Amino acid sequence: MSSMRISLAGVTLKSPVMTASGTFGSGEEFSEFVDLNRLGAVVTKGVANVPWEGNPTPRVAEVCGGMLNAIGLQNPGIDLFIRRDIPFLKQYDTRIIVNVCGRSVADYCEVAERLSDQPVDLLEMNISCPNVKEGGIAFGQNPKSVEEITKEVKRHAAQPVIMKLSPNVTDITETARAAEAGGADALSLINTLTGMKIDVHTRRFALANRTGGLSGPAIHPIAVRMVYQTARAVKLPIIGMGGIQTAEDAIEMMLAGATAVSVGTANFQNPAAVIAVTEGMEAYLIEHGIAEVSELTGAVE
Amino acid sequence: MTKRQKEQALLLSKNEIAPGIFDIRLHTERIAGAARAGQFVALYCKDESRLLPRPISICEIDRKEHAIRLVFRVAGKGTEEFSRMEAGMRIDVMGPLGNGFSKKKETALLVGGGIGIPPMLALAQELECEKQIVLGYRDALFLQREFEAYGTVSIATEDGSAGTKGTVLDVIQNKRLHAQTLYACGPLPMLRALKQYAAEQGIECQVSLEERMACGIGACLGCVCKSKEIDAHTNVNNKRICKEGPVFAAEEVEF
Repeated sequence: MSSMRISLAGVTLKSPVMTASGTFGSGEEFSEFVDLNRLGAVVTKGVANVPWEGNPTPRVAEVCGGMLNAIGLQNPGIDLFIRRDIPFLKQYDTRIIVNVCGRSVADYCEVAERLSDQPVDLLEMNISCPNVKEGGIAFGQNPKSVEEITKEVKRHAAQPVIMKLSPNVTDITETARAAEAGGADALSLINTLTGMKIDVHTRRFALANRTGGLSGPAIHPIAVRMVYQTARAVKLPIIGMGGIQTAEDAIEMMLAGATAVSVGTANFQNPAAVIAVTEGMEAYLIEHGIAEVSELTGAVE
Repeated sequence: MTKRQKEQALLLSKNEIAPGIFDIRLHTERIAGAARAGQFVALYCKDESRLLPRPISICEIDRKEHAIRLVFRVAGKGTEEFSRMEAGMRIDVMGPLGNGFSKKKETALLVGGGIGIPPMLALAQELECEKQIVLGYRDALFLQREFEAYGTVSIATEDGSAGTKGTVLDVIQNKRLHAQTLYACGPLPMLRALKQYAAEQGIECQVSLEERMACGIGACLGCVCKSKEIDAHTNVNNKRICKEGPVFAAEEVEF
């Protein structure tokens, strides 16, 4: 019997497969298609200290093998989130990872503090959203500010802190090392790559925000490369994400160095994609006689 | 709320009923039984490089035969792929999605513009009251004959090739059409004009909106529209078109 169990920053997860923030809401909508009890964790859509309206529409556009989004971190704010979303997720036997966004360091700290007495297992700091003017990526591209915000958030957080890194940098190992120096407990990578699409018939931008974050299978090789580089640069566990659609993609990410994996855009193509990935990984472990899924982490030869 | 399903539907037939406008019938296990007028389905492409499902309104619901009819315009590569399907092929469909029209018992004015016309046929079939139907086209007509069984049909065309030359609102005003409830689906300028007209006349107005979508089930917040009041779910002045919509009371949304 093979085990899918993993340990992530001191928290035991029944499976390395989780959802990628922003693609799964807080799980309620997808619970019609997915048994959330089978997931290692649900990573919620980013939540801020106050409600955010997000960007104008159109917010999404499809490109070959991927999609662009510029939602702009619309969210209901931490009050309603604590009242509604956490109790919903608590009905399930899965870990809760709350993705946190903010416009200032203080915003992130406030949300972390509000969550400190909540039944939440880990916090994921979104310092890499490319679609908001203030906050988001502004923190995530400069190693110094990554270290600073990590340090500050760690002072306010009760749960282990995952820093979610941007791929929109020259060298992702620099921001990874900065997060490690700041005291991060784990890293998530990659967030989306900034892209653009123009309709040649109307000569207009496909997105109202003009630029958007590219996700989906198109970015998978970039994500694998960045996870591999980061795993060799830091000691922190890594949640690997970026274009994972199948169990093979997830296993590849683990071989590159990820401890866990997140399924994102694939949820739109197949609402039960997380289950397909989970079952495919289970079958792979049995087929290859692997006792523990964690043996895959960094096992590329 | 009816449970959404994702299933493999069987394509029963396909016809091009006007240039670039395709009419397909799908046999579904459960979607047809659960659907109502104004809801939509998400169709998935076979070409996996096209990730996102395409939202398409339901034109007819045949509960007895477990079939739905969809009429869509080829607008890009995804709908082009669907237009090349042949009877007997299978396609992944999720639905029914969205809320559908809120059917009132009094007199109705049904207004469809362009590719907003198909969902009005399902509504015409389901509404039991007296109906005036106004259809607006750029040029080539489609589905107009089928509406005749359900009410008095008036037509507007931009080029004047059929019916009144002008807009659906020109027809409504020229013919002094009146009803308790106005139901509309079509391009935004049309919906804006109808919203204003309905407000002036004191008519209840329901509009069906569309927007670029990703998940189709309310999770990604890709397809929102501005709402007058703070929405209970989003906690901001945005409503999800795929979930709280696509049909809204005209006065509660800004578009």
